[in-house]
Amino acid sequence: MSEKLFAAPVADPTSKAVWDAARQGRLMIGLCRDTGRHFWYPRGVSPFTLSPNVDLVEASGAGTVYSYTILRAGGPTCAAYVELAEGPRLFTNIVDCDLEAVRIGAKVRLVFKASEGNGAPVPCFTLA
Amino acid sequence: MSLRGSACIVGAFEHPTRKAEDKSVAQLHAEVAWGALQDAGLSKDDIDGYVCAGDAPGLGPLSMIDYMGLDRLRYADSTDLGGCSYIAHVAHAAAAIKLGRANIVLITLAGRPRSEGQAVGTGARAQNPNVPDDQFEVPFTKTTGTSYALCAMRHMHEYGTTSEQLAWIKVAASHHAQHNPHAMLKKVVTVEDVVNSPMVSDPLHRLDCCVISDGGGALIVARPEIARSLKRPVVTVRGTGETAQGEFGGYRDLTSSGAALTGARAFGEAGVTPADIHYASIYDSFTITVLMQLEDLGFCAKGDGGRFVSDGNLISGVGKLPFNTDGGGLCNNHPANRGGMTKVIEAVRQLRGEAHPAVQVPGCTLALAHGTGGLLGHRHGSATLILERE
Repeated sequence: MSEKLFAAPVADPTSKAVWDAARQGRLMIGLCRDTGRHFWYPRGVSPFTLSPNVDLVEASGAGTVYSYTILRAGGPTCAAYVELAEGPRLFTNIVDCDLEAVRIGAKVRLVFKASEGNGAPVPCFTLA
Repeated sequence: MSLRGSACIVGAFEHPTRKAEDKSVAQLHAEVAWGALQDAGLSKDDIDGYVCAGDAPGLGPLSMIDYMGLDRLRYADSTDLGGCSYIAHVAHAAAAIKLGRANIVLITLAGRPRSEGQAVGTGARAQNPNVPDDQFEVPFTKTTGTSYALCAMRHMHEYGTTSEQLAWIKVAASHHAQHNPHAMLKKVVTVEDVVNSPMVSDPLHRLDCCVISDGGGALIVARPEIARSLKRPVVTVRGTGETAQGEFGGYRDLTSSGAALTGARAFGEAGVTPADIHYASIYDSFTITVLMQLEDLGFCAKGDGGRFVSDGNLISGVGKLPFNTDGGGLCNNHPANRGGMTKVIEAVRQLRGEAHPAVQVPGCTLALAHGTGGLLGHRHGSATLILERE
């Protein structure tokens, strides 16, 4: 069975390292050095302080479903917010499992999925 | 400094079209501007301020002021907060008037997404490499429908809100739309009709979603002395609020909106409470949008929205809070996929006593219009306006 390919993320000059890491199967998130809080999506400044004192760090890939929906047209596709073990929530898709079994609070784990035209793989999640 | 009493809405016009295959977007803007001038009893050369948002073609206001020949402007603004922009624009116009930068400000909205075949609710978006969030969100089927559905699902989880309760919002809108000859959906529906309509994006059904329509609307905001010299009932700005909200690093609560900020500010400026409001226009892109905004504005406690909207409580003549008596976005229209303009227009009709007799709120002297723009589940604008009949 051929899988639907995701649209390739269009990187900008500040996000190249995030997508390079994705090609190695690693999910990078932002860390604000001033507050110690993680953030998503990664960027060159802290959304908490606006300071450039930030780092890219690897997320564990563990999380729980904060909310989800199943888009029925042309799908089904399960779009979700997953709350990472590190704190922030990211918008993603739940894949490779029975989508009808997805519930808020369910434990999920990271799985990268291929994108079109040899683009970087995108971070999805599946029921753990 | 307060905007209370600083300006009045003297002209309001809603385009009757719902499908404008034979018109351009610019022509629709011009036609609603003309309609609002006729309504106010003013002429083009009276306009010294113009405000539009991203639906206006061209760079900011430049193409439209040229198309319409607005050659006496002292004030121009193209603030874009998505579909609620026009609610904020009334406050911007009032501020300009208060500061002496303008006397009579025109605000226009128009678009033809229906003729252009836009699948805004479920269609995929293209990435703009300069929009920093696109690369992290667009690959995951980010649509308007999924964004609001994520809020609805979380609200149900936290507060026990049900699909039947959300359906009551559509039922109320349909009760009002049956009296509006221009409404796209005039058929009265039941809770069962809504929950049995096809699922679009769980838990939102097709009838939880607004229509896609062409059309537009315009407002004219003027200095109070000018308003009192015209022949129309005087509708005065009493309270205003606006904000923009994001994910802020991935920590936003999907069950709340910027209405909590804008409502508190507008009620504070107006010196009234939700219990004083006779009529409310509440942006209804989806049923969940209405429910969350009602809670955040303080019409009921957080989490009680489901109970508040049930049993016809939003139906004029039946419930405690008549809302969207034109049928709203859920049944009437949603021109340019931006519902803020029509929210203000129906509030003006109610305050003038010019709503359809079947839905007119008796003795309506205090009304609220509130909107959410953008995507509630990602990043959104909010604006609140409280209007008073003198």
